[in-house]
Formats: sequence, structure tokens, C-alpha cells
Amino acid sequence: MNDATERLIQSLAQDARPVARLRPPGMRAALWLAAVGVLLALAIGLMADRDVVTARLAGVPLDLEMAGMLLTGILAVTAAFELSLPDRSTAWALLPLPPLALWLGFTGTACWSHWFTDGWAPGSSAACLKFILGVGLPMGGSLIWLLRRAAPLAPVRVAALGGVGAAGIAAFALQFFHPFDVTFLDLVTQVGAALLVVLAATGWERLRLARTGA
Amino acid sequence: MIKNGGQDQAWSRLMAAAQDGDRKAYETLLRECVPYIRAVVRDAHRAPDRAEEVVQEVLLTVHRVRHTYDPKRPFRPWLAAIARRRSTDALRRRIRVESRETFDPLAYETFADPEANRETYRPDSAAALRDAVEALPARQREALRLVKLRDMSLAEASAASGVSVAALKVNVHRAIRTLRRKMGGEGDDM
Repeated sequence: MNDATERLIQSLAQDARPVARLRPPGMRAALWLAAVGVLLALAIGLMADRDVVTARLAGVPLDLEMAGMLLTGILAVTAAFELSLPDRSTAWALLPLPPLALWLGFTGTACWSHWFTDGWAPGSSAACLKFILGVGLPMGGSLIWLLRRAAPLAPVRVAALGGVGAAGIAAFALQFFHPFDVTFLDLVTQVGAALLVVLAATGWERLRLARTGA
Repeated sequence: MIKNGGQDQAWSRLMAAAQDGDRKAYETLLRECVPYIRAVVRDAHRAPDRAEEVVQEVLLTVHRVRHTYDPKRPFRPWLAAIARRRSTDALRRRIRVESRETFDPLAYETFADPEANRETYRPDSAAALRDAVEALPARQREALRLVKLRDMSLAEASAASGVSVAALKVNVHRAIRTLRRKMGGEGDDM
């Protein structure tokens, strides 16, 4: 064996302190989702306008759109925890795609119809943007902090999935605090804000790698 | 197939013991894994010395992420994924470096008159430098090897060794300062 490799093995073995094994990724994802779920349920219970929410939920398309957002969030977070480990298939990254297509499909259809009725009416776009960024960024930050415990080999890909998850859950939560009829611009803003959360998550990881690698 | 399955189980048990702090099991595991890692790495790196450097990076990464191995799962795919990833990273790094540098064997020549090279060619200096590097504390030597000799970025060196970027910077700085003092040089950087 190569001398340098032999010396390295000996020094690594000398440094072999006991380590705490990570819990299974599904369990870690479930714990994070449960914690976020409790916080959001409390916020919705205490602050959301229940009458408006009930009226809004009566529409079937909105139900499906919200299901798409929530499932995108749950599945993207699960996939991010799986992919943070070295031996998991990259196919996990495809898991959130079907609900993401459902979410974006319904939002796109709604955009199309609102464009004819509202045009560029601003609605409550600024509030949507603030809500999704305000909820999505801290959620994404806490998620990436947990994901880093696995020291992922492809950190930017894992952060991107985490960002999609946080954005999906933030967009879902927004529906309970959005007491106005949405406009074209509102919907575009929602998707744009979700995209910003994903870009922030990946940008954060890239910046960290670039700064430390300067 | 049966042999591989049996070996996988043995490696899995050794890694589980290593996670619990069994140094002997860990050393046995790493030593047994090296030929397998080398086989994976050599798919992308044919030059033996370059391949060996990547093998060492794989070993460092295995050490850093050993807490992510689940003993209920097979060991070989976990190890192979790390080896392939580090191999690809090294290949990318090599392509990046080669895109900036040109191989120029003439640049190693100096002057036709041997007397003119006396100041620059000192056979004893290489050995002295090697001895000085060997005499460095292990952490400084490792930091110098990764960052200066292997041309890894601080982030890559940190990822490979598990040492923080700040600690790597300090170790490299101290190593260079010690070497300068020992070699009596005044150069700006290495």
C-alpha cells in the first residue's frame, strides 16, 4: 500500500472517536414537518380569518391547488433529507415533481383567467411576497441547518430541494391569510416568492462554498 | 456474489464498531476498503499517483461522514457513492486547473551553462524542505498538503478533512511561517 495512504489510515483510526448515528432520514423529515406543522396550526388557529378560509376552501380547484402546495412541501422536504445521505438515489429529487406540477398547473390556469378579468391589478401582491418570504426563509434556514448535519456531498442540490419544500409549505400557509380575491399579479407574486425562497436556499449554500473556498 | 455479500456484511459490522469508537475495527475496515476505492477511482483517474490522492480524499470523506452510515443498510453502495462523488470532484478540479495552465517542459530548463544554475539548483534544498515538512505538527502538515500541494480550495480541503476553514487557514499560515524560518527564505508565498 502507498505510504501516504497507510499513514492517513493510521491517523484516521487514531482519531476514531465514537459518533452519534443520524436517525433515519424519514424520521428526521417527519420530526421537522411535525414541528413546523404545530407552529403553523397555532398561527392559523390564532390569527387566520376562519370565515374567509371556509368560504375559500369551498372551491374545488383551490383545494387541489392547496393539496399540491402542501404535498410539494412534504415530499421535497422528505427528498432533501434522503438525498443528504451519500447512498441515496438521485431519483429522490423527482419525488416532489407531480404535486409541483399540480400546484403550478392550477396557479397557471388561474393566472390565465385572472389576466382577462383583472389585468395588472395589484391585489395584495406585496403582502403575499412578504408572507412567503417571511415564513419561507426562516423555515428554509432551519431546514438547511438540519440537513447540513449529514454533511451532504451535493449541498446545493439538497438546499434546492429544501428550498422547494419550505416554499411549498409557506405558499400553503399563505392561503389561510389571504382574505382577498386574488389577481393575476398576486398569483405571479406567489410563484415568484416561492422561487425566491429556492434561490435564497441555493444561493446561501453557493455563497458559503465560494466564501470559504476563496 | 456470495463472497461480496459476506464481505459487505463484514464491512458493515466493522463500520458499526468504528462508529462506536473501535479504532482497531476502523483501521481494518479502511485498509480492506482501499483496493475497492482504488478500483472505483481508477475509472476516472488512470495516473496511479493522481488516483492515490483521490483515494486519500475518499478516506478523509468517509471519516467525516461516518455518522451517516446506517448499519441496517449495505455498506458497499454507501462507500461507492462517496468514492464516485470525490472522484468526480477531483476530475472537475483537474479540468479547471488544466484550463488555466499550460504544460511547458522547457520552462524547467534554465541556462545551458551549469555554473549559471548554481544559485537556483541546490540538491540539498529539496531534502531539507522535505525534512522540514515532515517535522511539522500533523495538523499543519495535513493542511499544507491539501491546500498547497494538492491545490484544493479551502472549502474542498475543509470538506475532505472535516477541519474548519478557519482552522485550515491558521494551520497553513503557521506551517508556511515555520518552513520559511527553517529554510531561511524571505519569499512572499508558497
